[in-house]
Amino acid sequence: MRVLAALSGGVDSAVAAARAVDAGHDVVGVHMALSRSRAEHRTGSRGCCTIEDASDARRSADVLGIGYYVWDLSERFEETVVADFLSEYAAGRTPNPCVRCNEHIKFSALLDKATALGFDAVCTGHYARVELPEDGRRSLHRARDAAKDQSYVLAVMGPERLARAMFPLGTVATKDDVRAEAAARGLPVSAKPDSYDLCFVADGDTQGFLRERLGSTPGDVVDADGAVVGRHDGAWAFTVGQRKGLGLGRPAADGRPRYVLDVRPATNSVVVGAAELLSVTGLRGADVVWFDPPSAGWTAGEVQLRAHGTPVPARWRAADGGLEVRLDRPVRGLAAGQSAVGYLGDRVAVQATIDEVERR
Amino acid sequence: MTHYLDHAATTPVHPLVAEAMVAELARVGNPSSVHAPGRAARRAVEESRERLAATLGARPSEVVWTSGGTEADNLAVKGLWWARHGADPRRIRVLVSAVEHHAVLDPARWLATQGADVVELPVHPDGALDLDALAAELSEHGDRVALVSVMWANNEIGTVQPLAEVVELAHAHGVPVHTDAVQAFGHLPVDLRAIAVDAVTISAHKLGGPVGVGALVARRGLELVPVLHGGGQERSVRSGTLDAVGSVGMALAAELAVADLPSEAVRLAALRDALVDGARRLVPDAVLRGPEPSTGRRLPHSAHLTFPGCEGDSLLYLMDSRGVACSTGSACAAGVPQPSHVLLACGVDEADARGALRFSLGRTSTAQDVEAVLAALPEVVARAKAAGLASAPARRVG
Repeated sequence: MRVLAALSGGVDSAVAAARAVDAGHDVVGVHMALSRSRAEHRTGSRGCCTIEDASDARRSADVLGIGYYVWDLSERFEETVVADFLSEYAAGRTPNPCVRCNEHIKFSALLDKATALGFDAVCTGHYARVELPEDGRRSLHRARDAAKDQSYVLAVMGPERLARAMFPLGTVATKDDVRAEAAARGLPVSAKPDSYDLCFVADGDTQGFLRERLGSTPGDVVDADGAVVGRHDGAWAFTVGQRKGLGLGRPAADGRPRYVLDVRPATNSVVVGAAELLSVTGLRGADVVWFDPPSAGWTAGEVQLRAHGTPVPARWRAADGGLEVRLDRPVRGLAAGQSAVGYLGDRVAVQATIDEVERR
Repeated sequence: MTHYLDHAATTPVHPLVAEAMVAELARVGNPSSVHAPGRAARRAVEESRERLAATLGARPSEVVWTSGGTEADNLAVKGLWWARHGADPRRIRVLVSAVEHHAVLDPARWLATQGADVVELPVHPDGALDLDALAAELSEHGDRVALVSVMWANNEIGTVQPLAEVVELAHAHGVPVHTDAVQAFGHLPVDLRAIAVDAVTISAHKLGGPVGVGALVARRGLELVPVLHGGGQERSVRSGTLDAVGSVGMALAAELAVADLPSEAVRLAALRDALVDGARRLVPDAVLRGPEPSTGRRLPHSAHLTFPGCEGDSLLYLMDSRGVACSTGSACAAGVPQPSHVLLACGVDEADARGALRFSLGRTSTAQDVEAVLAALPEVVARAKAAGLASAPARRVG
């Protein structure tokens, strides 16, 4: 097969590309330039946007003896991932830009461009498995290394695109094995640290980025009864479930810690209250991606509600074009905008973006 | 099999040049040493200087060896600015064409941070300098201009500049002219007896010589403040141990290129015309950038085409995967092809400027190379167009 290996400049994508080469595929490396401010030379790994990352990706391609190109997808990235990030925060929701990047960039713009250029598949360093069972329908599964599993952020790509995706690291036992393999292959990125920050926020200062792009809009912090308990500089700066950085001068009457319960852009207010008010027992998801045929009957399985979050026993069904989910036990601090992924065992069955949460 | 059509980036070292360099490499001796091995090395450098000067119609003492074209351009632009502005502080203007190579443009823009008024002179749609703009600039500010730098021929789109007119206009105001002839030398007659330009940049590796050697040919009496200070070599204009091996390689490469020029220019122009005609026939919406070949105002060995709806990176990959090595013709930032400043200066819009390919020919080019390009081109352009649609940003309406 002709395989396009997406090379971020990190260790995972380099080893994934190496494994695709070993498997006998005709592999070409592509580094995506996503940031507008890529002229900056930042140290430390952020996995996509620095000149250092681009040169690490090039060096890995050279070691593997494969072609290397840089594709500028920064305009598309800005118009989808960054625009969604900003509009979701502005709407009082909590976006997951990595999910949106997989949806709009890696398994959309990149995959479609690769297909048009004659590639059969895109190979990435994600930790997840694709299986082709007897019935011919490809399925997405958790990685063997549960600690690194990324099926949660990949589920948004849907079942059709799995046929053109390749995740060679889905079967490795641990990340340490990947590093050891990189070192054994002479890949210079074997000891590069993992990336955690948002790649498009230059200095890791997300609040500063939001302030710069959304502007300062002072408003009230209120309690569940509507009484004003403090002021804020912009409702976008708050996430449901947040406890730190509320800047409330006086403690609550009962002395217990307060959490963000709701962010209300319409009134530019932030609602705070006690922890138990955060408990969510159900949710409604929009933009549903079905891996199994949609059913109006309940399916029992597990739902994961944040990256690396613990899965919760739950039931789900198709309802009014969306997804209705009942959680078997309450979960705290769930925010609209996050992704909900339903699993049957280790297999992804459904994915949706949380639209509304139901508190008891 | 790879078809190499990127000779304007670098061209194969001539086998005779490699042989002469290997022979020189086997000897020891710093040309600045006074002992016998040093004298032998000095002799190699000075003979090379004389031979190189002869190919240009220059005097040996006018040749300043450098590490290549970029250093020679920096020495000319900065060195002339420092000398002229230093002698007469009113001379703060630096005039360059908007289509200069970055080795001229970026030193000029850097000078702008040091107090210079830098004017990037406009060009016509075919890339030729707007002489009226130069004349207007000189008549308005002539006594405040430190230098003019206009390239002999453009490295991307191949336009030959009206250098004689530039020199005439500038000299009428007592302003020296530098020209970057890196792409022209070896492909067009470069005879300094026929044109009164004050400083000329040349580079060895575009002519069949080694990378890492070049020269600034500067008229006697032209004052240059050095960029590199040190041991005082090259009349203290350019310090650094003299490169006997490199100078031997460059002199021979220049002699061979100039000797072959009359026949090679005709042969390569015919191949270039076949490439352009074929590309236009196979891809009717392809646009040749730079002057039409029939005008005689372009380099004989290069063709620059834009393909509407295509991204340069797609075109480059698809050509590469079919064994054709070519270029988008423009500089990269962190490996990302940028819309060419040359095309933008010619008035090409950004979208069209992104879909550019430059094919450049040289001593080893054959008709088979052109045939390989034409065989690949229709499918490459069709696929690149489809890929362009697949990855194009969704345009916002309103």
